[in-house]
Amino acid sequence: MKIAVASGKGGTGKTTVAVNLALSLGNVQLLDCDVEEPDCQHFLDLNLEDVEVVKSFLPVIDAEKCNLCGRCAELCHWNAIVVTPQKATVFPELCHGCGLCARACPQGAISEKGKVIGKIQRGKSGEVEFYQGVLTVGEPLSPPVIRAVKKKAKEDRITIIDAPPGNACPAVATVEETDFCILVTEPTPFGLHDLKFSIRMVNELGVPHAVIVNRAGIGDNRVEDYCEREGIPILMSIPNDRKIAHLYSQGIPFVKKMPEWKDKFVMLYDKIIRIMEEVA
Amino acid sequence: MKQLTVISGKGGTGKTTITAAFASLAKNAIFADCDCDAPDLQLILKPEVLEKEEYIGSATAIREVDCSKCGKCREVCRFDAIDEEMRIIETKCEGCGACAFVCPEGAIEMKKRVTGTVYRSRTRFGPMIHAELRIGEEASGKLVSHVRKKAQELANDGDLIIIDGSPGIGCPVIASITGVDAVLVVAEPTVTGLYDMERVLKVAEHFGIPASVCINKHDINEEKTKEIETFCRTRGVPVLGKLPYDDVATKAMINGQTVIEYSNSELSRELKKVWEKVELFLRAGG
Repeated sequence: MKIAVASGKGGTGKTTVAVNLALSLGNVQLLDCDVEEPDCQHFLDLNLEDVEVVKSFLPVIDAEKCNLCGRCAELCHWNAIVVTPQKATVFPELCHGCGLCARACPQGAISEKGKVIGKIQRGKSGEVEFYQGVLTVGEPLSPPVIRAVKKKAKEDRITIIDAPPGNACPAVATVEETDFCILVTEPTPFGLHDLKFSIRMVNELGVPHAVIVNRAGIGDNRVEDYCEREGIPILMSIPNDRKIAHLYSQGIPFVKKMPEWKDKFVMLYDKIIRIMEEVA
Repeated sequence: MKQLTVISGKGGTGKTTITAAFASLAKNAIFADCDCDAPDLQLILKPEVLEKEEYIGSATAIREVDCSKCGKCREVCRFDAIDEEMRIIETKCEGCGACAFVCPEGAIEMKKRVTGTVYRSRTRFGPMIHAELRIGEEASGKLVSHVRKKAQELANDGDLIIIDGSPGIGCPVIASITGVDAVLVVAEPTVTGLYDMERVLKVAEHFGIPASVCINKHDINEEKTKEIETFCRTRGVPVLGKLPYDDVATKAMINGQTVIEYSNSELSRELKKVWEKVELFLRAGG
């Protein structure tokens, strides 16, 4: 059972929801797939250990064999190789590591070397088994790291997955092939605008979903009205509470200091199960 | 022409609110919304679209004819985009074309696809280029570069391009900062805000872009604000200002106005001070 926690807009409370839900349920896996900025770790007591490196490939051009024909540059979908009459140059920050250039080079002048683009770390916080991906600074490509984190999900366990913000490929790589997606938003024009994009994403991926409204009371009622109109269930509203915000700023999951919320998160899980049964 | 990108690492720290306030204050500016999968700047700047263009930034492998299912395509695909039945999973396909290249039967074709829409607009503050990425598309970095190129085409000598960036440190962020004159990182005083700011500052350093910081909602945790200031001092990154938490930011947003237009609050006054320092920072070459 894989539950993703996603949001079109950044900073709406994905990590807050993912961590507090995991801690309330107890015996679960928590995967942080926001590999560009993995933040769940700051809310958990952990001894993190590196368990895996994630590699991509980079072409290496042998200048002796290269006759500057330009076939590689012509085929590269990302313009990561530029061939001038003098030399062929690889731009590593554009390369996606697909390997086509090496395969296609008529001179056999291109080989590939592995390059580390991120790592997977593991830790345990109470009963929660935690994995996170960390994208290496300066590397552009997060989906391969995200997919490597997701491979740590065990089929027989409840797995909560913290997604990166947005609706582009990193969010899709996280949310696809999950059983349910919680979309966290805030009741502001930005929150609503980005929620609409997220709804389109989960619909396209065919993932059952519902909404959590965070910082309820800060803006207007348009998110609630929209969800009602579209028949999208709102699972929970978390108030715009200074205490919650302050606990967040210190890296303290609010269920630890406000235990009444633990039951609410357990009930949230029950609601998700019920929605999934209805969908099935 | 100069270029400034507003980024944050962590999402929701106030990039767009601050960029919109700058729009109110800047002279001879062009605005580029490079947060293409959550483009919110338009909700405040209310662009009037003058020109619309479909952006073809990617391709997908399509297998239209039956094949012998030899499996060569699956073998070479590095993105797990071909399943055991040799069906191509569109959402995973990156469009590299390796499968089409190796297919001995020529059964796979690479079809170009529209990955987004780019708009050239006018706003009450100046010209604006913005875009919308099709849901789930890769190539958001390419789209960002395209938006920036279009903005540069509009710019004259003394103009400033103000770029609203996306959260994170990956491909769209890198595309939004390469070659700009300065970045402004909007940080918030939380454990995660500090960690995320450190990572995005490292990215700026990695690509050799002069960076500055503005602390938003500094009063939600003064201790963390000090930590950010200390960190920036040791790294030689200037902190150009500290903005107070104020719900006028949300109220202005609901009204479709910049904070500067909406009220003459302490937040507006502090934003003006930050903007003056940003201008100095840009003039000094970062």
